[in-house]
Amino acid sequence: MRVTMTVNGEEVTKEIESRLLLVHFVRDHLGLTGTHWGCDTSNCGTCVLWMDGEPVKSCTVLAAMAGGKEVRTVEGLATDGELDPVQRGFMECHGLQCGFCTPGMMMTARALLDRNPDPSEDEVREAISGQICRCTGYATIVRSVRWAAEHEAAEKAAACPARPECGAASDGAEEGVR
Amino acid sequence: MTTVNDHKPVGHGRMLRKEDPRFVRGRGRYVDDVQLPGMLHLAILRSPVAHARIVSIDTSAAEAHPKVKAVVTGAALAEKGLAWMPTLSNDVQAVLATDKVRFQGQEVAFVVAEDHYSARDALELIDVEYDMLTPVVNARTALAEGSPVIRDDLEGKADNHVFDWETGDEAATEAVFARADVVVTEDIVYPRVHPAPMETCGAVADFDSVEGRLTLWSTTQAPHAHRTLYAMVAGLPEHKIRVISPDIGGGFGNKVPIYPGYVCAIVASLVIGKPVKWMEDRSENLVSTGFARDYIMRGEIAATREGRILGIRTNVLADHGAFNAQAAPTKYPAGFFGVFTGSYDIEAAYAKMTAVYTNKAPGGVAYACSFRITEAVYLVERIVDCLAHELEMDPVELRSRNLIRPEQFPYTTKTGWVYDSGDYEPTLREAVRIAGYEELRKEQADKRARGELMGIGVSFFTEAVGAGPRKDMDILGLGMADGCELRVHPTGKAVVRLSVQSQGQGHETTFAQIVAEEIGIPPDDIDVVHGDTDNTPFGLGTYGSRSTPVSGAAAAVVARKVRDKARIIASGMLEVSVADLEWTKGAFSVRGDPERSVTIQEIALRAHGAGDLPEGIEGGLEAQVCYNPENLTYPHGAYICVVDVDPGTAQVKVRRFVAVDDCGTRINPMIIEGQVHGGLTDGVGMALMEMISFDEDGNCLGGSFMDYLLPTALEVPDWETGYTVTPSPHHPIGAKGVGESATVGSPPAVVNAVVDALKPFGVRHADMPLTPSRVWDAMNGRAEPSF
Amino acid sequence: MQVPAPFEYERATSVDHAIGLLDRLGESARLVAGGHSLLPMMKLRLTDLEYLIDINELHGELGYVRVEGDEVRVGAMTRHRELLESDVLAGVFPVFREAERVIADPVVRNRGTLGGSLCQADPSEDLSAVCGALDAVCVVRGPRGERLVPMVEFHRGPYETALGQGEMLVEVRFPVRPGGVSAFEKVERRAGDWAVASAAAAVWLDGGTITHARVGLAAVGSGTVRVEGITEALSGQRPSEELYTRAGRIAARSCDPATDSRGSAEYKRHLAEELTRRTLRRAVAGTGKA
Repeated sequence: MRVTMTVNGEEVTKEIESRLLLVHFVRDHLGLTGTHWGCDTSNCGTCVLWMDGEPVKSCTVLAAMAGGKEVRTVEGLATDGELDPVQRGFMECHGLQCGFCTPGMMMTARALLDRNPDPSEDEVREAISGQICRCTGYATIVRSVRWAAEHEAAEKAAACPARPECGAASDGAEEGVR
Repeated sequence: MTTVNDHKPVGHGRMLRKEDPRFVRGRGRYVDDVQLPGMLHLAILRSPVAHARIVSIDTSAAEAHPKVKAVVTGAALAEKGLAWMPTLSNDVQAVLATDKVRFQGQEVAFVVAEDHYSARDALELIDVEYDMLTPVVNARTALAEGSPVIRDDLEGKADNHVFDWETGDEAATEAVFARADVVVTEDIVYPRVHPAPMETCGAVADFDSVEGRLTLWSTTQAPHAHRTLYAMVAGLPEHKIRVISPDIGGGFGNKVPIYPGYVCAIVASLVIGKPVKWMEDRSENLVSTGFARDYIMRGEIAATREGRILGIRTNVLADHGAFNAQAAPTKYPAGFFGVFTGSYDIEAAYAKMTAVYTNKAPGGVAYACSFRITEAVYLVERIVDCLAHELEMDPVELRSRNLIRPEQFPYTTKTGWVYDSGDYEPTLREAVRIAGYEELRKEQADKRARGELMGIGVSFFTEAVGAGPRKDMDILGLGMADGCELRVHPTGKAVVRLSVQSQGQGHETTFAQIVAEEIGIPPDDIDVVHGDTDNTPFGLGTYGSRSTPVSGAAAAVVARKVRDKARIIASGMLEVSVADLEWTKGAFSVRGDPERSVTIQEIALRAHGAGDLPEGIEGGLEAQVCYNPENLTYPHGAYICVVDVDPGTAQVKVRRFVAVDDCGTRINPMIIEGQVHGGLTDGVGMALMEMISFDEDGNCLGGSFMDYLLPTALEVPDWETGYTVTPSPHHPIGAKGVGESATVGSPPAVVNAVVDALKPFGVRHADMPLTPSRVWDAMNGRAEPSF
Repeated sequence: MQVPAPFEYERATSVDHAIGLLDRLGESARLVAGGHSLLPMMKLRLTDLEYLIDINELHGELGYVRVEGDEVRVGAMTRHRELLESDVLAGVFPVFREAERVIADPVVRNRGTLGGSLCQADPSEDLSAVCGALDAVCVVRGPRGERLVPMVEFHRGPYETALGQGEMLVEVRFPVRPGGVSAFEKVERRAGDWAVASAAAAVWLDGGTITHARVGLAAVGSGTVRVEGITEALSGQRPSEELYTRAGRIAARSCDPATDSRGSAEYKRHLAEELTRRTLRRAVAGTGKA
């Protein structure tokens, strides 16, 4: 069958099998390999991307079901080459290690901040609770999202350029040159 | 926008990771991202049953599928002598089953097709007839008279025995137990768990028949060791094999062994002459690849009435699954379990172990276990808590009375391990301070009076990481040393090539920092190359927290070698003797005349330039080393966990977790903290929810993420970390490994906390995972979990 | 990864279109809404469907929460997130929001629907218990028109519903009676997991006396979406701990849980009692989290 959808702002049309999973469509047919997969049962959330503005688990959506819809993947997170505050937050606060769950985590985080620009730690944990990270223990992911929220607020207010440090906790004292 | 690296150090310190810009853009390149022209897709048919003889396999319908290129069975591999492969423990394992299937999920046949979907479709078309055999599921009865023999492929094998092992002094231990005031015995099971990295295992094999050259992208933590083994198995010359371990989506030991799937992909590409991709699905990962633990332990501890620990003794039954495929150094069939005496100065110790085959997946050493130290630390920290329970003594106080004292280092344990350095008491005190331990005990007393269940769990661990000295340690005859090569280019930029490989540990940053610290070139000017056998020196890879202790040492040593050469070149440039030069990070200056100096970048240009160099000095500025560690490094830590248990539903909530780690010199505190956080989460997972269990027919009950539960952000608290620093005396920069410390140290802290919460019910021990149902069982006095 | 076997995909553009397709394609066709139950089963090749009818386009038609007269009507395509966020629903039935908070996870809730949950007829599914406790009525539409099926009759057994050939669930109606309070409790091994056991309770009070009470249970065997005998035991009584305990015992007696990796049968039976007591207590105390 033929499917047409908008992916990261560009319309794409492909001939596909009706059973093709959306995650395989973006990875194998469009070469957008930033979206990963980690299970078969929609438990791990590494495959999260946006469909019509909402995070979905693309291992459990058929490409056919995305026909006519707007899909956004991690490759569409930066705008005009400028990293999204969420992407910067993950780098600043060590919100990733192996990087495998990271795109899905960031897509969910972006959606959260769009709806709730100042989420509490508990709200961040709740938002990412359908996604597994085996490396970070989540605390730094929470800090990363909070960093993004704070910076986005500051930048939107065009306020002072000084940046609040992400909560580097016990290691703050060791920062910088020894 | 601020630049992300504006607070980077030159050398050690918190520095943002160099690898992150590609990952946050979705530009990481993992094995499944590799797409090659003409690439075919491989899928594996697996056994649905645990133990059965293969009567027949009919592949005709699958072969008739229009998109199928090949269907291969064990019989076909046997014709090429490839049906069996060596394991990392000198056993053999079937690549594809020829005679029998020995665990549910075992590889039976594979299909190669034009696309992944067709390959999976064709699996449905293969018809296998099995003659069912009685499975051996319970390790406790594996050696019983009349138990079916699983490994009848081994000549003369008449039982399911793998090995016996012992350590320590049995008689001396018996003597201290005989005169002890108190002896406590407890049966402690460390259940089978799985590392379950988010990226499953897989490979892309690309054989160039003209060049006779195989390129293999694979999810491996040990690319060089794998290359050597492929050379041995497939008969390809080693110089014609290139193993590339690209970005890896987590390893945790799961990606150390060689799996049949890798070999199948290689064979398929060799035979068909096209690139072949194999990526296992999640169920395949959970049911067939390297599990962890599965130790059934009886722990005994002997002490005086005052709480002086005299001896520890244990008897272990180890379930190794259907093939002995654990990845452990040759002389250490029980891994480093011998450190079960923990952090305590005791008089005698003895351990005895029997390992058995069962009809379960092979493996055993994985999941950040530091070669079985997870099991050892869990045993000692649980049994010490049982002793505290019997003596009615505070668990911090009991530990404090028995910790090895700083003046005793280097300390030789009663099982012969030489702990390199440690200062334990301050670490324990720091954890107590951060936790506010005294206040917590008061809060607990108040709550108990109100019928609320709050628990405080303590653990203190010593790890043994950085395998290892080549006189003692090898895997399949390959010494566990690591190489490192450093090249400084004419403009003063550098490239460092490692034999270890990152699965998220941040090597591209940490190793750049190690080299930067030694030669003063900024980390951003140093490229780190790893995970490609064609472009890195030989070494055994990343597992067992060995990267920093072994390869990190190699990086420091090679940088010093380059610096020594730079010093001689500088002496020529400044026309002074080498002895008159002073090194400050990044430049040599003349002693007493600091204005006269040359930077490392200027030296690099000179080294590659046209002018004369001091006598005997060749051009260029590069060096290579192979580092043979003198000893393991022994990081330690003190953990305190606080839980609340719902008295009505028995649900456990981890409220707080304090972790104070000592890993010697700290290279990048941010990365260290990340390693600790991840390990703590593993610990909560194992303590509360993770388990690979089997029904009586040998069906795996943990074969998907619906059944094998991993912690989410809602099950773990905001970690509270601290640190002390006791450098390793033998490591060139004093660093110790830290990657697995928290996975090793945290499970006993969580379990000790839950058991402490259940004290009003008289509970002294309960086995992991402490699911609500099991906690309820414990509260109701059921010693054995009811499922 | 696991992938489904081939099938034909059809996208329904209206309820009538969907019913027409179901009727024409027969038993080889299945509807897919959120897909979180069906697609994993298709990947495991546990289904033999030939046609998949995507009804997500019907969200416009069937995605709503409306108060009409003395009923709340919820469209079958209303997604979990919409149920969670609906202030109207939370205001009338706090049990809904409490349940939705712990059903699957936020991303799955973006796709999963009320209709999909009920039609899966999984005995561990939480919303079925909620619907049972609230005396919900399912509106079923087919080629021959519409019929009403009470929630207690909608599930015929595990994974089996009262839907006939060509029929689909289009709406669920909840009677609103004065003095109603409700609450939900779930024990799970981990966030997002299916329940070890869960309970939904709804109580109607008049001047401090219970006039009507319902409890629905999930994951403790089949046929527990509404526990028999609760309202008989509680009606006419003033709320008390003794009463909640009596109801809890009825719940424990009425269920038939099985031992599995989520827990022992005995523990689950204990939870049926404990969670029944807790939900009734919280419902009456008005501490349902709206």
